[in-house]
Amino acid sequence: MVENRPFLTFLTHAFLILGFVIVALPVYVAIMASTHDISTLMSGPVPLLPGSHFIENYSTILTSASAAHGLPNYSHMALNSLVMALAITVGKICISILSAFAIVYFRFPFRLLAFWIIFVTLMLPVEVRIMPTYKIVADLGMLNSWAGLTIPLIASATATFLFRQFFMTVPDELLEAARVDGAGPLKFFRDILLPLSRTNIGALCVILFIYGWVQYLWPLLVTTDPGYYTLMMGMKRMVTVQDGVIEWHLVMAGSVLAMLPPILVVVFMQRLFIRGLTETEK
Amino acid sequence: MAGIHIAEVSKVYAGGVKAVNSVSIDIADGEFIVLVGPSGCGKSTLLRMVAGLETISGGEVKIADRVVNNVEPADRDIAMVFQNYALYPHMTVYNNLAYGLKNRGTPKAEIDARVTEAARMLEITQYLDRKPRALSGGQRQRVAMGRAIVRKPAAFLFDEPLSNLDAKLRVSMRGEIKRLQRRLGTTSIYVTHDQLEAMTLADRLVVLNGGRIEQIGAPLEVYHAPASTFVASFIGSPAMNLVKGELHGDKLAIGPSVIGLNGFAPASGTVTVGVRAEDIRIARADEEALPFRLEYAEELGAQRLIHGTVGDQQITAAVSPELELAPEMQIAIDASRLHFFAVDTGKRLPGNVPAEAKLAPVEPVA
Repeated sequence: MVENRPFLTFLTHAFLILGFVIVALPVYVAIMASTHDISTLMSGPVPLLPGSHFIENYSTILTSASAAHGLPNYSHMALNSLVMALAITVGKICISILSAFAIVYFRFPFRLLAFWIIFVTLMLPVEVRIMPTYKIVADLGMLNSWAGLTIPLIASATATFLFRQFFMTVPDELLEAARVDGAGPLKFFRDILLPLSRTNIGALCVILFIYGWVQYLWPLLVTTDPGYYTLMMGMKRMVTVQDGVIEWHLVMAGSVLAMLPPILVVVFMQRLFIRGLTETEK
Repeated sequence: MAGIHIAEVSKVYAGGVKAVNSVSIDIADGEFIVLVGPSGCGKSTLLRMVAGLETISGGEVKIADRVVNNVEPADRDIAMVFQNYALYPHMTVYNNLAYGLKNRGTPKAEIDARVTEAARMLEITQYLDRKPRALSGGQRQRVAMGRAIVRKPAAFLFDEPLSNLDAKLRVSMRGEIKRLQRRLGTTSIYVTHDQLEAMTLADRLVVLNGGRIEQIGAPLEVYHAPASTFVASFIGSPAMNLVKGELHGDKLAIGPSVIGLNGFAPASGTVTVGVRAEDIRIARADEEALPFRLEYAEELGAQRLIHGTVGDQQITAAVSPELELAPEMQIAIDASRLHFFAVDTGKRLPGNVPAEAKLAPVEPVA
């Protein structure tokens, strides 16, 4: 709509700002809470202005706070989260782009069935199929291992489905031209399909990295060894203390820090991300 | 350089649909063949079978005396130009041209030489570093042609390469394709639904309908002696007038009017009579004429098309724009200019073949 009415402009901005405030307020509160000491937080509502314990809280959480809860170091957990998120991202993209390639470009028996089986898993989130998945991982002896942490999360259909949809928009003539030009299937995949999928891969990287980063339930189930603890689990453990006071100021500081990597990924990949979701390069 | 021999080739799709039905064409080395027909006539399917992009259900395709039925497209020594150009969007023009050569392991220096030469020939040298996205339709078309040329294949296959261009560009690219093909002397098969393109480009054109060949011949042969009512109405613009007529001895009755045939009558009884718009003229006062009721006129500049009826049948005539129009006119047709077709099969009845149809095709200046 191209309209120039001051009232409408005001109204749309009012809605935008309202929406932004609703979404951003909890994050703001968390940031503010991470700058106060525990007694301020326990004595009443969370103050909406910054306090004076910023440096103290953040250095505590980065150095000593987690050890008090029997957790590994904050940076260790952050590294675990990072490894897990990256493994899931890379694994998912590799698997799904290859399976989408197979489904779209090859005629093999039960091709449609294969697609539908993959598609059906879309209907079931990890949480729903967590029991059988856990059983399989346990039977394979993959508890407390990187494989157990990442492989079950890698197998999912979303990315396969997205790549399939993208491949179907690639004109057939491109494949035919490549065939006439003497490119076999893998060459076609490497030289033409992969470069064309660049923006889609970028967008998926962002989504999948965040997906992997915020995983909570699955790591909680398959790891008992604190060496594999991720940030999300660590934060949760700091909240569930048996007796005594929950150290909200430190939890909030930890949470704010944990938000940074996904934000950085989004900021730096934003250009690719938006192009991947909105534009199909032909 | 090589000839292409298509022998009783058929394409049957799942479900028994026959897209191409036992088609045979012998294409000589260096010949420019145009496959023309309405959409769904099987012309593209036939081309794609020659290219190796469709499997051949029956028959044999030979390129340079080698049966290629089960040979991969890349190994058939052909190059193809696609309707939507099918340029690799992420590669520069240079890489688009070089890709096929690279895949064949051509030495780098030779790739460079060939690409440079093709680019010069097509006048796209200054665009070699650009991506296809930054090119206009005509330039993309040239790049697509260039990709075919650099390979120096035994045959070019064109699949409606000009249909995405605007009318003016189409005419100039058409000339360029012809010029290039003459210069390189490469055997070419060109698919189009545009009869004008077919007429202007072809050494011989193949009119296809419903998966079968209606007629093969030089453009003028097909124009002046169409083998069937289908060809008659498909080739030429405006389409040939086809009306019901009745032959009585040496007389032809069209509606209520009768004209003499001076011995040109090929049969007797009911026939379909064909006459080109330009073969109709205004009758002199002293000759047998058909009453023509004018409906409307179209100006073409050099010509004027007048549309109307004779009896209850539609007729279009091409006349001089100087001619004064009247609601009722008398038109005449030379008997030697009439075409007769069987009513039931639509096939041409044996009889007169206009002298022009036997003209030798214009030999190109090498």
